[in-house]
Amino acid sequence: MKAPVALIAEDEPLLAMHLRTELAKAWPELVIGASVADGASAAQQALALKPDVCFLDIRMPGWSGLEAAQAMAEDWPDETAFPLLVFVTAYDQYAVQAFDAQAVDYLVKPLDSKRLEASVARLRKRLTDRVPQTALQDSVDQLRALLGSSPGVSAVEAPAPGARLEVIQASVGNMVHMVPIDDVVYFEAADKYVRVITAEREHLIRISLRELLPQLDPQQFWQVHRGLVVRARAIHTAQRDDSGKVFLTLRGRPERLTASRLYAHLFKGM
Amino acid sequence: MEYPLPPESGAPAWSKTRDARQVDARVTNALQMARPGGRRVGLVAVVSTIVALLLTAIRNDSFGQNWVYSICVGFSCWFFIEVGRLTIMRWVKRRAARRHAARTVFPPFRWLIPWIIVSALLGYEVGVVFGNALLGLKAPGLGLFATNPRALAVILIITILATLVVTFWWFACARLAESEARAESAQRAASETHLKLLEAQLEPHMLFNTLANLRVLISVDPERAQVMLDRLIGFLRTTLHASRSDVQSLAEEFARVSDYLALMAIRMGPRLEVKIDLPQELRDVPVPPLLLQPLIENSIKHGLEPKVQGGCIEVAARCDADSLVLTVRDSGVGLSHEATTAGTRFGLRQVRQRLTTLYADRAQVALEPATGPDGGTIARIVLPIASAVAA
Repeated sequence: MKAPVALIAEDEPLLAMHLRTELAKAWPELVIGASVADGASAAQQALALKPDVCFLDIRMPGWSGLEAAQAMAEDWPDETAFPLLVFVTAYDQYAVQAFDAQAVDYLVKPLDSKRLEASVARLRKRLTDRVPQTALQDSVDQLRALLGSSPGVSAVEAPAPGARLEVIQASVGNMVHMVPIDDVVYFEAADKYVRVITAEREHLIRISLRELLPQLDPQQFWQVHRGLVVRARAIHTAQRDDSGKVFLTLRGRPERLTASRLYAHLFKGM
Repeated sequence: MEYPLPPESGAPAWSKTRDARQVDARVTNALQMARPGGRRVGLVAVVSTIVALLLTAIRNDSFGQNWVYSICVGFSCWFFIEVGRLTIMRWVKRRAARRHAARTVFPPFRWLIPWIIVSALLGYEVGVVFGNALLGLKAPGLGLFATNPRALAVILIITILATLVVTFWWFACARLAESEARAESAQRAASETHLKLLEAQLEPHMLFNTLANLRVLISVDPERAQVMLDRLIGFLRTTLHASRSDVQSLAEEFARVSDYLALMAIRMGPRLEVKIDLPQELRDVPVPPLLLQPLIENSIKHGLEPKVQGGCIEVAARCDADSLVLTVRDSGVGLSHEATTAGTRFGLRQVRQRLTTLYADRAQVALEPATGPDGGTIARIVLPIASAVAA
């Protein structure tokens, strides 16, 4: 059996170094394939490296550890086993509660070497017992529960209540287009911007999807991918493929959209 | 001739004879007292009895009859006043629907005066009717005007005076209780803010992360660990101390800031660059403690921590005419990104509130996008220092 490979995502250099040295003691044959300092790099490196274990700090610049895990789960190829995820957090009782509830592996900073040893033993066992076909689905279920349940785990702070967006103000040069929220078919993340797509045309607004999301009515607008929020009533059909992805056709737009594994459960026959 | 006797309460002498402890108890219960209840029934009965005794002594007639009429008239007057008070309150509340008026149980006393006089007249007439029914007599009530207007005038004046005095006493008690309740809730709000402030400054996540770093540092670089521990001690000491004192020198405030930023620099490594600029001549200027801390935390938490490549934070003080200008500038992700998060608003609001309390409109705090190639955010506090520098 080849040596297991790990990825470490931790933005504080001292703590990353410490995790490396402690792992070297507790799990000598583990190879640290990459050590990154932000969430987006974590997802990118994980997809490139296909490690067996990922240690993800929760609070990182850019994407949080959880968002990185989401991106990995959404884009992971079917043929390889999904890595075991271990979240690392400094102090966050909500996060810890959520992890406990979902039986997710986690470590608490400052690292305790006894706990790390216990954790490593568990990871080793899970690694040998792991069935590649179900590993991904298990992680997807866990992540879905974590993303839905817990204010402490997600990096987004709770929005001011009652601040639902009625009109999107999209500026082009020195002109502002007023787009009623009812005209929007879907929103798509584009780096730091969001594309607002109506039946007739599209606009670009300077806000991240993460900031926009709390201002939308979750009954009307469904998140179907980390970068895609669709008006439920505009979805015409949903068709599932073998890999667990769901393809959506729309009313009023010709293009097909893809819902990720994490949100495929939204589309079930009644 | 039987004169139905003046009713209600409140010979002023009565209020003076209450001993201080009883008055205290009254004050505490005044809000309940202002509502009709057992205590008020007792009070009306007691005062009516005192008035009946008084009149019996003056006129040397039957105490029994005087007492029955007095009680009847007292309660009637109370009934009419209460109806008027509740009606006025409903009207007041509807007018000032969302204002604090909703907390009060008494309308302004001057609004009540005309109604008290009307109530005394109505109460007298109705009370006499009740008294007649109870005693099987036919005393004339207001009809006495036809036969003996002088006697009626005396009785009515006593009735009105007694009614006014007692109602005013209740009014004063209720107002006192209200202001006490208000003071108490203000006090509670102040302690809550204080606690929140402390909690925000000693944020557990920051503390545990710092300790985690410290723990690692002890094994790899004990000397640096010691320096970091000293910084942490300094930070904790000044935070706890400053939350109890009103003023400290700008040098102390900057020392605190540099402790905090040193801890952050160890945590964030090369991602954080710190520049602190405090001119020598401003070192002794007194400032309110912990003023800069929320702004610096905002810069780190919402500006630099979310930025993948990190950046620079610059804390500076300068003197501008008779103002002290403190700036916190970061090259973080900038305002448009996180300006709306609850955390930023809490920090900024906290600073603004403190400045308003301490300096009214002579101090400002503003948060704006920083100009220049790095982007980011700049927070600026302007304080008056003319007196401070001279001192």
